[in-house]
Amino acid sequence: MIAGPVAQFWSEFRVNRVAVVALAIVATIVVLSLVAPWITPQNPYDMAGLRLADARRPPGFVSPRTGITHWLGTDGQGRDVLSAILYGLRVSIEIGLSAGIIAFSLGVTLGTFAAYLGGRIEALIMRFIDLQLSFPAILLALVLAAVLGQGKWQLVAALVTAQYAYFARTAHGAAATERSKDYVEAALSTPLKPHVVVLRHILPNCMPPLIVVATVQVANSIALEATLSFLGLGLPVSEPSLGMLIANGFQYLLSGRYWISIYPGIALIVLIASINLVGDQVRDQLNPRLRR
Amino acid sequence: MLGFIIQRLLQAVVVMMIISVLVFCGVYAVGNPIDVLISPDATQQIREEAIRTYGLDQPLWKQYLDFVGRLVQGDFGRSFVFGSPVLPLILSRLPATLELTLVAVVGATLVGVPLGMYAGYKPDSLAARAIMGISILGFSVPTFWIGLVLIFIFAVQFGILPAGSRGETRELFGISWSVLTANGWQHLFLPALNLALFKFAMMVRLARAGTREIMLTDTVKFARAAGESEATILRRHVLRLIAIPIVTVFGLEFGSTLAFAVVTETIFSWPGVGKLIIDSINTLDRPVMVAYLMLVAFFFILVNLTIDIVYVALDPRLRLRAAS
Repeated sequence: MIAGPVAQFWSEFRVNRVAVVALAIVATIVVLSLVAPWITPQNPYDMAGLRLADARRPPGFVSPRTGITHWLGTDGQGRDVLSAILYGLRVSIEIGLSAGIIAFSLGVTLGTFAAYLGGRIEALIMRFIDLQLSFPAILLALVLAAVLGQGKWQLVAALVTAQYAYFARTAHGAAATERSKDYVEAALSTPLKPHVVVLRHILPNCMPPLIVVATVQVANSIALEATLSFLGLGLPVSEPSLGMLIANGFQYLLSGRYWISIYPGIALIVLIASINLVGDQVRDQLNPRLRR
Repeated sequence: MLGFIIQRLLQAVVVMMIISVLVFCGVYAVGNPIDVLISPDATQQIREEAIRTYGLDQPLWKQYLDFVGRLVQGDFGRSFVFGSPVLPLILSRLPATLELTLVAVVGATLVGVPLGMYAGYKPDSLAARAIMGISILGFSVPTFWIGLVLIFIFAVQFGILPAGSRGETRELFGISWSVLTANGWQHLFLPALNLALFKFAMMVRLARAGTREIMLTDTVKFARAAGESEATILRRHVLRLIAIPIVTVFGLEFGSTLAFAVVTETIFSWPGVGKLIIDSINTLDRPVMVAYLMLVAFFFILVNLTIDIVYVALDPRLRLRAAS
């Protein structure tokens, strides 16, 4: 039977049950967060809809005012924690994905073209990348988030700056290997424009390691965003992401009201751990050294 | 060898200069510090005086040159908020961060390496799977959330460990340390555990991968043929061979742990450098931010330089290449 690369990939992926479950969880979380406005009992960003009398209620509390059952309790402003988690997931995924995609494009462009150009420019770019990688990403993001101020795109910019270097180095390593191969020389000897050769011939062969880095980095940027928001350097308070929900619940945690912090945290961990598990399996499948 | 070291030193100096420009420009793009420093209803005269005192009336390049000039003399300027020189301020907070980081990294290594070696020695056993499961959790769970859970379990629910501050300290060489008192250890335990979990996960993975690889080599076959016990083989051969990457990562990670201490110190109100930097970011205390970033950069470059030189000293192949 002749199978396409995707079908073949899937048939290998399917063998690892844990990874399949993890993939299903990621997909479920993404879908749930996408349809959040239609399935949540409450819009957590609509301050007018919140009742302060319903604040800090434990899980399972049924509000006599709104008739909503708060399965995971309510927070300090009477926000339904379950609704806030689903909306927060939306924000976290949106930011993690945007940062991942932009960092991917930027880093891969820089890395492949450095490898293609070679010489001094390559040395200069890669030296800079190495320099940046020797600096902890969290510090970089922290300072940038502080410098750029609060806001969704400022946060994405901080995350991208902290992460594009990983893509650049991986892309450079892979592209430099491909660059020296005969098929690239052959393609370059045809009238094809160099950038076409880079895009159509070099880049597709660099994808396997890049896909692995991409899964890890999306998980990382979700975690980083949560950390920054927790430290008060992320999003504005009007649109709480998971990190901010956890931060808001911190003060109540000390008086035993665990649900405000703990449940958003569990949602965050399930998402990150699932992405990492999928990433682990993808890495094992794409790693030529582990292939039999 | 000497030529190589000099070349590397020069490179490090150039890198340090580039970083100083980036840090200076980056940090000085934040808001207007004058608004933070003096009340909005201060007279124009007071405003201008404050601007002059802090040198904020000079053009940016002049401010930078002054900054570098003072830096070379070890003067990092005065904190806008505390009004005291920055360097002593940071140095006074450093012992708290250092002891927290050291306890976390050493603890993670001492527990993580043996467990990782076991997981690599018997990769299919139930215990090995459990160890790897914990290490995946250690990678996935954000540090700050683990901190919250630790506080909730140990401080709130059971009330057996304190949730913040350094506790009792004792002086040694004129510096106060928490590790010298029993009460200090109680306060240190939770933040150190929090900071150690990520490093622990990493050490487990490193040790496991190394052990799996080395168990298949001829070294181990010969040792077995010579009748050595499995424990001796693990201790005498495997541990020594995996020690090289582990020591490297230990050195590199020590730096990034210092950086991650920012999060842990904030949660546990541990009065270290990380807490200081978060506070100074929130109050836009530029001299403190700049000094902290410069010190971290200096530290990282120093570590990288040392690793490069040690490698060349240890590996004959690199020594030949460096000589040519």
